[in-house]
Amino acid sequence: MTAIGEKGVQDPSVQIHAAEETPRGYGSMKRKEDARFVRGRGQYVDDVVLPGMLHGAVLRSPLAHARITSIDTSAAEAHPKVHAVITGATLEGLGLAWMPTLSQDTQAVLATDKVRFQGQEVAFVVADDRYAARDALALIDVEYEPLEPVIDAKRALEAGTPVIRTDKEGKTDNHIFDWESGDRSATDAVFAEAEAAEDQLVVVQDMIYPRVHPAPLETCGAIADMDPVTGKLTLWTTTQAPHAHRTLYALVAGLPEHKIRIISPDIGGGFGNKVGIYPGYVCAVVASIVTGVPVKWMEDRSENLMSTSFARDYHMRGEVAVTRDGRIRGVRVHVLADHGAFNATAQPTAFPAGFFGVFTGSYDLEAAHCAVTGVYTNKASGGVAYACSFRITEAVYLIERMVDVVAHDLGMDPAELRMRNLLRPEQFPYQSKTGWEYDSGDYPHTLQVALDKAGYQELRAEQADRRRRFADAQRSGAGPAGTAGEPVKLMGIGLSFFTEAVGAGPRRSMDILGLGMADGAELRVHPTGKAVLRVSCQSQGQGHETTFAQIVAQELGLSPDDIDVVHGDTDQTPFGLGTYGSRSTPVSGAATAMVARKVRERAKIVAAAMMEVSADDLEWDDGRWQVAGDPDASRSMADIAMAAHSNLELPEGVEGHLDATCVYNPPNLTYPCGAYICVVDVDPGTGAVDVRRFVAVDDCGMRINPMIVEGQVHGGLADGVGMALMQCIAFDLDGNCLGGSMMDYLLPTSLECPSWELGETVTPSPHHPIGAKGVGESATVGSPPAVVNAVIDALAPYDVRHADMPLTPAAVWCAAQGHPLRPDLGIT
Amino acid sequence: MQVPAQFEYHKATSVDDAIALLTRHGPESFVVAGGHSLLPMMKLRLAEPETLIDINGLDELATVTVESDHVRIGAMVRHSALLSSPVIAEHFPIFTDAERLIADPIVRNRGTIGGSLCQADPSEDLSAAFSAMRATAVIRGADGEREVPVREFHRGPYETAVAHEELLVAVRVPIRPASGSAYAKLERRAGDWAVASAGAMLRVDAGTVAEVGIGLSAVGAAHFVAPEAEEYLRGGPASDEAFVEAGRISAAHCSPSADQRGPVDYKRHLAGELTTRVLRRAARRSRGEEA
Ligand SMILES: Cc1cc2nc3c(=O)[nH]c(=O)nc-3n(C[C@H](O)[C@H](O)[C@H](O)COP(=O)(O)OP(=O)(O)OC[C@H]3O[C@@H](n4cnc5c(N)ncnc54)[C@H](O)[C@@H]3O)c2cc1C
Repeated sequence: MTAIGEKGVQDPSVQIHAAEETPRGYGSMKRKEDARFVRGRGQYVDDVVLPGMLHGAVLRSPLAHARITSIDTSAAEAHPKVHAVITGATLEGLGLAWMPTLSQDTQAVLATDKVRFQGQEVAFVVADDRYAARDALALIDVEYEPLEPVIDAKRALEAGTPVIRTDKEGKTDNHIFDWESGDRSATDAVFAEAEAAEDQLVVVQDMIYPRVHPAPLETCGAIADMDPVTGKLTLWTTTQAPHAHRTLYALVAGLPEHKIRIISPDIGGGFGNKVGIYPGYVCAVVASIVTGVPVKWMEDRSENLMSTSFARDYHMRGEVAVTRDGRIRGVRVHVLADHGAFNATAQPTAFPAGFFGVFTGSYDLEAAHCAVTGVYTNKASGGVAYACSFRITEAVYLIERMVDVVAHDLGMDPAELRMRNLLRPEQFPYQSKTGWEYDSGDYPHTLQVALDKAGYQELRAEQADRRRRFADAQRSGAGPAGTAGEPVKLMGIGLSFFTEAVGAGPRRSMDILGLGMADGAELRVHPTGKAVLRVSCQSQGQGHETTFAQIVAQELGLSPDDIDVVHGDTDQTPFGLGTYGSRSTPVSGAATAMVARKVRERAKIVAAAMMEVSADDLEWDDGRWQVAGDPDASRSMADIAMAAHSNLELPEGVEGHLDATCVYNPPNLTYPCGAYICVVDVDPGTGAVDVRRFVAVDDCGMRINPMIVEGQVHGGLADGVGMALMQCIAFDLDGNCLGGSMMDYLLPTSLECPSWELGETVTPSPHHPIGAKGVGESATVGSPPAVVNAVIDALAPYDVRHADMPLTPAAVWCAAQGHPLRPDLGIT
Repeated sequence: MQVPAQFEYHKATSVDDAIALLTRHGPESFVVAGGHSLLPMMKLRLAEPETLIDINGLDELATVTVESDHVRIGAMVRHSALLSSPVIAEHFPIFTDAERLIADPIVRNRGTIGGSLCQADPSEDLSAAFSAMRATAVIRGADGEREVPVREFHRGPYETAVAHEELLVAVRVPIRPASGSAYAKLERRAGDWAVASAGAMLRVDAGTVAEVGIGLSAVGAAHFVAPEAEEYLRGGPASDEAFVEAGRISAAHCSPSADQRGPVDYKRHLAGELTTRVLRRAARRSRGEEA
């Protein structure tokens, strides 16, 4: 059998990779799912076409804050291709005008009283096709009475500011929550000491992690199919958490949970954007109930950018108490968190600021404290999305930026300062000052590997030379553009060292709306030794169908090619909370290993019966159960599987077959870490930044498929470059979203990305069954501060201490001129 | 997916046919060339033409030809064709510079020279480049062809000298021996529209600037040009100091507006910085020091 046909055309019935390329367990192998993706055979929500299906479209508010005085839908209803027009009033009649958010707030499905952000859902049209649905939107007449919008988060709590959530009884301001973490008095004591002592100082810096959007290639959408006969709702939808969604629909819409089937087919990127439930999904469900036929709703690009879950929007003040010789003693942080019009962030219930408490980073501190205040503004809701590990992105940015500011103020090398303060390997498991137990790591080693790989000393020497030439050009009066030749570019070197905390639960302390964060796995081994694994997590491009097959393969001695992974259908998979926060390998990966081990133990009993020996005499060796000391007496999993289904006599109490299920409740999070070094060249005449090199050394414990891990890191690094240099959703003071299209919201391309230089250290997680840690978000979390630190470092001749992302050419130039831009508001 | 409103579609068989179709279908009919400006606007429903007249089949408009002392560039020449044209690279490196920076390969494979000029976006790059080269637009209507200097082609944002029942058919660019030209654009990311851009043409005669053209885009320069800076340079020395001063002058005379690409003072600074850089490069090219 050949994979390549006569003319070099691949025979689609044959696996892309030759069998000898497939490792028996761990190791790099091509992704099993890519065969269908590269052939255009993936099936995304928008590819699903059901008989008789209608199409929905959402009418959105053009204003950020306004009272709705009237809605006239008569002209739209009269359109010959329109079947229904749903408004807030329609939903009010069903008790569905408002829905609960993942943060115990409420969110309007369709606006009734007011609109609270530009792009908010006002009406839903159902028509024969998506063209007619769009046409009919223009026929709906909504009268608005404009209200003053609240845009600047810093002013949201000022007296006299309009109250956004007038729907909440007794609400007189825009305050959502106050939350703190760490020991306030111990921290204040350290800071008081540092302020008083000659040989210590307190370093303070304000910084904004601006609002960004995950912008997955596939936008959000759903097809609701309510069968009027069986009363069963099938919902094809873009979700990262199908089971959690099913329970929520049951609770919200009052539908019996066994009559709901959520199908999440192939997902074209999620990054947290597809964790929440959006008004469009609910409208599609209502529309299917109303019309009695399936209804598809797919948002367009601008709708996705303007109305679905954004990320970050943290206004932070960092303070560090440090000795003059570079010993960091304490960190204190104040955060103003802009949550938009509804508090709809997706995070474990007890953590309104997510895992921001990990802001102590990778350092050995005496004390730490943070206080976070959440506020409403007239912007879209969300806040936890975009590969952020529940706000560790913001935490890592804060601490890694602060360490560089400290290095700046002390005149110390930032690598040396980090080396001095990093946790030492013997401190693990480490209890952080904000209550997190870091499982494992050898931070100085990881940093050293990165420094060596980058050639840190040589880079600093080159930089010194460049700075001399720049100063010469300045002195000669030629200005930043230099003389006749090319301008002298400034070189910057930026570091970051991050610690991630991923893989939520444990469920005793982490739940989402009461659903404990644990995940199930189910493994069936067929008589011929082929297996099907069913998991609750949901791949959005991470390669689960390959990685999880490899975990089973490693545990059972099978080929990953012989194991299918089923996910994304609540009728076919066990319950669990899904994929976000880099939790799939830490939780579902562990469940997979555990269920495979259950199967292996069953197989042991069967093997013993086959060979007529005691199970106690068997040992697991190279993928086979073998009689201890007798390599000739052994049975493979395939032999055992057939026997388990045969008429072989099994010991009393053993049921036969090998299938097993399990639920994995993680004892702790896993703590991946990494050291990143970025080298940039900055054109001082234009402010343009060129990322010349990026060295990323990641430690995510055991690597199941190193190629997939590297792919995840590549993507995350591109994200980081994007956030550091160009991505941002700003608003003008009228509340217009200034990032509502791909022309305004810039995603990086390959031209902005250098050839990534990756490295690794491996410190297995001591509590994870296969020693793996999450990695999906590491690079997104860890890379922005490295890029920003590099740019600020390049601007040393202009004595720039800090500038906020995104460091567009304008932002860089303005920072160098001493009047930095504020990224969250429109440039005026 | 963004979907346009309903429209009628006709494929023109010749320039005359296109003009006849425009006449027949009236003011709500639009020519579609590469479609890379028009179709996005239709999908966003910022444009809702009743009729589209497709001129993509008009191969006679898709050629680059040398005609004695000038090069004639057809309106349907694609960005990618201009980028790869050896004739253009030889005589007008300014276009080769510019085309490397316009959009991305996918857009360049479809977008046309004519569509770019007729769209007349204030940030459009070729308008500045053609203006720097002091090129001439060739416009055809039912009564035949007329010529308009590119510097008079733009009547304001999204407005040109082309009437509804006319077609831009070509642009003529004079060949100037011993001259040099260059283009520079600053963008936030590959494929982004310019924060600011500048183009320059220089012919230097015995150290003195004999002919000069400076084009600017995205900075609110009327007709995409910097006439005060040109005036300053003409007849003076082709020196680095003069180029720096010309940059200062063009910065002073443009009127950028603030947006997410940057505040006014920054864009103004860029207009000057890029002007100086392209003048330097054009000068080096005129001396044969750089390709
Ligand atoms: C993602 C993206 C990035 C871009 N970046 C840049 C950039 O950096 N710099 C830049 O300069 N441009 C940029 N563009 C614009 C691009 O160059 C367009 O292709 C160009 O502006 C229009 O050319 P077109 O042939 O596609 O015109 P069309 O979209 O077909 O037409 C544009 C307008 O011109 C009219 N028209 C077209 N041809 C004629 C004619 N011969 N006579 C009369 N009227 C005519 C049409 O009726 C329409 O009104 C970008 C476009 C995109 C989509």
